[in-house]
Amino acid sequence: AKLGPLAASPFSTGEEKTGYKAVTTYNNFYEFGTDKGDPVENAGRLATRPWTVRVEGLAGKPRTFDIDELLRFAPLEERIYRMRCVEGWSMVIPWVGFPLASLLKRVEPLGSAKYVEFVTHYDPQVMSRRQVLDWPYTEGLRLDEALHPLTILTVGLYGEVLPNQNGAPVRLVVPWKYGFKSVKSIVTIRLTEKQPATAWNKAARHEYGFYSNVNPQVDHPRWSQATERRIGEIRKRPTLMFNGYAEQVASLYQGMDLRANF
Amino acid sequence: MTTTPRMPGRVWIGWIKAVLFALCLLPALRLALGWQDDALGANPIETITRASGEWTLNFLLITLAVTPLRRLSGLNWLLRLRRMLGLFAFAYGCAHLATYLWLDQFFDWPAIAHDILKRPFITVGFAALVLMTPLALTSNAWSIRHLGGRRWQALHRSVYGIAILGVVHYWWLVKADVREPMLYAFALAWLLGMRAWWREQERRRQQSMPPPVPPFKGRVIRIVPTDK
Repeated sequence: AKLGPLAASPFSTGEEKTGYKAVTTYNNFYEFGTDKGDPVENAGRLATRPWTVRVEGLAGKPRTFDIDELLRFAPLEERIYRMRCVEGWSMVIPWVGFPLASLLKRVEPLGSAKYVEFVTHYDPQVMSRRQVLDWPYTEGLRLDEALHPLTILTVGLYGEVLPNQNGAPVRLVVPWKYGFKSVKSIVTIRLTEKQPATAWNKAARHEYGFYSNVNPQVDHPRWSQATERRIGEIRKRPTLMFNGYAEQVASLYQGMDLRANF
Repeated sequence: MTTTPRMPGRVWIGWIKAVLFALCLLPALRLALGWQDDALGANPIETITRASGEWTLNFLLITLAVTPLRRLSGLNWLLRLRRMLGLFAFAYGCAHLATYLWLDQFFDWPAIAHDILKRPFITVGFAALVLMTPLALTSNAWSIRHLGGRRWQALHRSVYGIAILGVVHYWWLVKADVREPMLYAFALAWLLGMRAWWREQERRRQQSMPPPVPPFKGRVIRIVPTDK
């Protein structure tokens, strides 16, 4: 189904978009299987209506939003972003969504709120029952990262409603971080004072840090992060600092040791 | 009534080998055609890397299954297929390495050296392939003759260690879901365990046997010392 009308965004890249087929058939969504082809096979079982997103925690006005309300919550924008996976491949994807900041501001974060925790849907009836990760999948951002204008809640891609395998009905997209930070099928957004635990960090503490900013200088024990393969291309290309969004986000990490805070 | 011979004739073995050879080429053929038709998914290089690696392990396990199968079935001629299967394991291993060096890294030697030295799963996989090379090079009658059967066999027993390295390579590569490498580990443990069991049985059998009695005929005459 078409979404629209969509506003263009100055944050969009003019790079060639990765084809719709690749974007919707090559996915990491471990709740539906660990093979890249599993999510498109299995995610059809997920019912995306009714669906609510609870925004809670250290907020003046915590609230539960119905998904159809979220779709009309703010003007939808098309954001064509680079997406860099920690496994060394990347895509250019035309997402449809709105800034997470507009939702967070609506619930009025308290001064004590320092972080945002994201909890995703987990239903053993339709998802994998094997404990590959500690379900439900959780992620987190620092509050200033969550409020950054590049950070969006996403409800579509290629101008259409988000396919299930891509995280329907609503997901996060944080383009300067490795893809696993951009959680899918969100049910709870919680403002917290302490840094929340994250799924991959719990699974392998030395491999996946809380920040997980795209950084070609900080090697991952499994993959070199210096280069990446853009899906659809043969030769690798150099990976850019903060996935090419350094101009917008580098100031968030001023004075921080990015090797220690990987 | 006809009796089936234990050993198929020369011609039959030739046919069996030819068919097996063609079968062993199928995975490679499928990848080649898939590459040509752009049918290997969104990340074809990853598909080829994975498939060639999995077939290397498959052929290693199939090769290691020959001896147990032969023992259990009594089909001794199976042994005559083992060399080809082992060489296919090496060939798929070489294809796996070539995919990594060429398609994946495009001969970026500093990055490759860094990978081999710093990433344990690549270190182990690379070591396994290096160790397979002498086995592949000595997989011929000339080498058996020149090394002598005993030494040749000792050298080729290193395939047990190589297979373990191969499974470890797969295990360490996987991010979180180790189900598939675990299947390989179980299969390998089974194949090696059977050998250990048989060897132990053989050792016990030899131990419990009385020392060989020389065959003789006639009566035993005891020689007793005469001085009391």
